[in-house]
Amino acid sequence: MPRGAVAPVSEVWLVVLVVGAVTVGLKAAGPVLLGGRDLPPFALRVVVLLAPALLAALVAVGIFGGDRELVLDERVAGLGAAVLALLLRAPILVVVIAAAVATALARGLT
Amino acid sequence: MAFAFGLSFGVLAKASGMGSLAPVVMSMTTFAGSAQFAAASVIGTGGGALAAIGAASLLNTRYAPISLTVAPSLGGSWPSRLLQSQLIVDESWAVAQSGGGRVDRRTLVGAGALLWVFWVGGTTVGVLGAGFIGDPARYGLDAAFPALFLALLVALVDSRRALLAAVLGATIALALVPFSAAGVPIIAASLACLVGLWRR
Repeated sequence: MPRGAVAPVSEVWLVVLVVGAVTVGLKAAGPVLLGGRDLPPFALRVVVLLAPALLAALVAVGIFGGDRELVLDERVAGLGAAVLALLLRAPILVVVIAAAVATALARGLT
Repeated sequence: MAFAFGLSFGVLAKASGMGSLAPVVMSMTTFAGSAQFAAASVIGTGGGALAAIGAASLLNTRYAPISLTVAPSLGGSWPSRLLQSQLIVDESWAVAQSGGGRVDRRTLVGAGALLWVFWVGGTTVGVLGAGFIGDPARYGLDAAFPALFLALLVALVDSRRALLAAVLGATIALALVPFSAAGVPIIAASLACLVGLWRR
């Protein structure tokens, strides 16, 4: 669709409403159904590992993910800068800014 | 950063033909960056409502396991739990990790509320100023969130098992990217946490 074109209004609102409702439900599921109670030990052992697994996947897909393909582009420069900043024990904000600046610079050069 | 991302969502959504009000309402209710970007890009490329809903919902299924991890930390009446649970986003959940799979409620709610304000504000400015701002990717913003996730990940990996889960999660996700719709790789990667069932 060309820039500035308008998708059918009802279609856009359908997406906004359905995705909104689904997301509200997904986010609320745990706290509303279980809220305040502790998880059994075996579940806790699994849940502890959910954060590392998901975060690593978000990093990998965020850097190398394309449209149904793996791509090597300027984002890799950003990843490299982030790793370097982490090795130098820089604060998180510096790590993030380094990644954005490195990616933008690489885009400027290519 | 959330503001800048909200801004780029506003610009992209406007360019995809979503109008001005719908993207802002979406940022207020859905409040999940990757799903919103996916929905806007599907609409923008003429993929239709069903494909947009499918892609965005799939991307957000990760909030089911995430909300389970938050459950023990959120007390109170169910309407208050419902309200607080809406402040769960990747970033607020990630910074609220207090070790041992626990989530600090105050950090989660505080960070979530702050992110929400910047996300919705950024979207509004982006929608209104879409004409004046170029392609947000030029500023390297697409590498900023992965960098944030990486920094948080490094702080979280405190055992061999956590490292294994991280490596496995990233591998599963990358392996599936070429063969599945956006969102599937991330959800499948959450299965890596099952290595926790394996006793030494």
